[in-house]
Amino acid sequence: MSTLTPPVIRERKRGGGPQNRDSLWAALPWVGPVLLLIFGVVLFPAAYMIYSSTRRISQAGTNVEGVGFENFATVFADPNLPRVLLNTFVWVIVVVSVTVVLSLLLANFLNKPFPGRTLVRMAVIVPWAASVVMTTTVFYYGLDRDYGIMNSFLVDIGLLDSTYGFTKNVATALGAAIVVGIFVSIPFTTYTLLAGLQAVPSDALEAAKMDGAGPVRTYFSVVLPQLRGALAVAVLINVINVFNNLPILRIMTGSIPGYSADTLMTYIFKVLQFDRRLDIASALSVVNFAVVILIVAVYVKVVKPMKET
Amino acid sequence: MSVSAPAKAAIQPVRQNRVRKYGPDGISGRRLGLRIAVGVIIALVFLTPYLIMLVGSLKTRPEILRVPPRYFPQDGLQWGNYASMWSTPETPLPFNLISTLIISIFATLLVLLVATPAAYYTARFRFPGKIAFLFLVIVTQMLQPAVLTAGLFRQMLVLDINDTWLAMILINAAFNLSFALWIMHSFFAGIPKEIDEAAQLDGAGRLKVLFTVNLPLVWPGIVTAIIFTFVSSWNEFAASLVIMSTAENQPLSVALTKFIGQYATSWQYVFGISIVAIIPVIILFALIEKRLIGGLTAGAVK
Repeated sequence: MSTLTPPVIRERKRGGGPQNRDSLWAALPWVGPVLLLIFGVVLFPAAYMIYSSTRRISQAGTNVEGVGFENFATVFADPNLPRVLLNTFVWVIVVVSVTVVLSLLLANFLNKPFPGRTLVRMAVIVPWAASVVMTTTVFYYGLDRDYGIMNSFLVDIGLLDSTYGFTKNVATALGAAIVVGIFVSIPFTTYTLLAGLQAVPSDALEAAKMDGAGPVRTYFSVVLPQLRGALAVAVLINVINVFNNLPILRIMTGSIPGYSADTLMTYIFKVLQFDRRLDIASALSVVNFAVVILIVAVYVKVVKPMKET
Repeated sequence: MSVSAPAKAAIQPVRQNRVRKYGPDGISGRRLGLRIAVGVIIALVFLTPYLIMLVGSLKTRPEILRVPPRYFPQDGLQWGNYASMWSTPETPLPFNLISTLIISIFATLLVLLVATPAAYYTARFRFPGKIAFLFLVIVTQMLQPAVLTAGLFRQMLVLDINDTWLAMILINAAFNLSFALWIMHSFFAGIPKEIDEAAQLDGAGRLKVLFTVNLPLVWPGIVTAIIFTFVSSWNEFAASLVIMSTAENQPLSVALTKFIGQYATSWQYVFGISIVAIIPVIILFALIEKRLIGGLTAGAVK
């Protein structure tokens, strides 16, 4: 999962002589191309998607007529929607919470010195670099009831009596997807928390030691409070990523007919690809987009990436 | 002129941890042994799916579809799979590889071309709307193509560049621009301004100062931006799935999903191509491992 933490931008109030303060016109050649790409390929399609959600669009993509909020009425009256939203909610909450807890343990461990630590960190990075489609595919194969290696491993170690078709019913397919979701989310989360741990000042740890605080007490009263920023970043970025993840659920729940195992994202793509209903897909995407904007707003408020210092 | 903290963290990643604490006066050998054991288990957990891929890619077709499965192939290792997989009937893999390469390389070049001057400029100069500009960059970084695919798809249809490399180059560039910009920004900000001023006194223009004085100093930031953009474009799935409809145009991530759900999937080919697609990006990511931590420090820690 290729993601990184957005920056915290601190504008330092410099002396700022006249040579450092440019007019907008002087700035344009330097930042203009960036603006062009962001407006052309991010903001425009966002606006266009919102516009499309109020139109009726033919399967070939032709704009037929304006229908106001009719598409949204269709979306909210959709009998599949409650189940899709429930799945989405469970998927995000379980993946993010388990990921953060496991990553916290892992980051603490990887912060301790031992020979070969760099190699272990490299191993942890692998699912982050690898294509999520390909990682999920190996789990899908491994969990096959007949020839799946992971399935027969679970039998060999005594966790299962006989192999089981995990991807064939809703609950276990979602469960398997959640496991893969956690697996691919841990690397980024661990690295974010590791960065936070490394920024804990060593004199604070020394001071706690001097005061006779044990390791557990030191952890909860000195280390965890320092990790608050890193934790906030890790949780919110993960919520966005997991909420918008398509490949894991698409592959793991792909053999289940209907929409009972879908999340909002996989549902949007089914409507877009198989039904070719661009207007309904746009309306669903706008709902999805609104949730994303809400999370971004929380991020901006909590992490304060534009803080002036 | 002091070097800003985030940039310092990015340039000098976690040096304080290079001092090995274990040893004669550190922790006991038994405890160290336990840590190594736990470390090995963790590494195994994260590597196992990819080891299954590697072993699977070397099995024969009957072997990989065998019920019950065997962990290790007994018909010998089929290195020939890496040659024969390119002509599998499910999808034109050589074209898919070329498509992935072209999209990723050109998206990375476009990002570099557009983000480098902006990163330098925002690190050095002030202009009206700078805060708004940086805010826009941050918000963009939190969006992904999947969120806007419905809009992007229709936009590309109307522009008549749906199902082309150009469409995916633009999309990958636009959505990775922000990260590249900010990582380079933090590196430029870490270079003392006096260096620029000295060059300017010699009569060099801003562009010349950027290219001759700054670029040689910020190359680690540029390499990080290049690798991150490349890997992220290489793995992109959601937008390509909808926009690239011709089999020859599809990147590997999309092409591979065609194997799934078939009656008797050629898993050995799926895994062969996965290994070919994954190993280079793992190596690239490992090269910037240190700076991922250092770079993250800037964003994650106050």
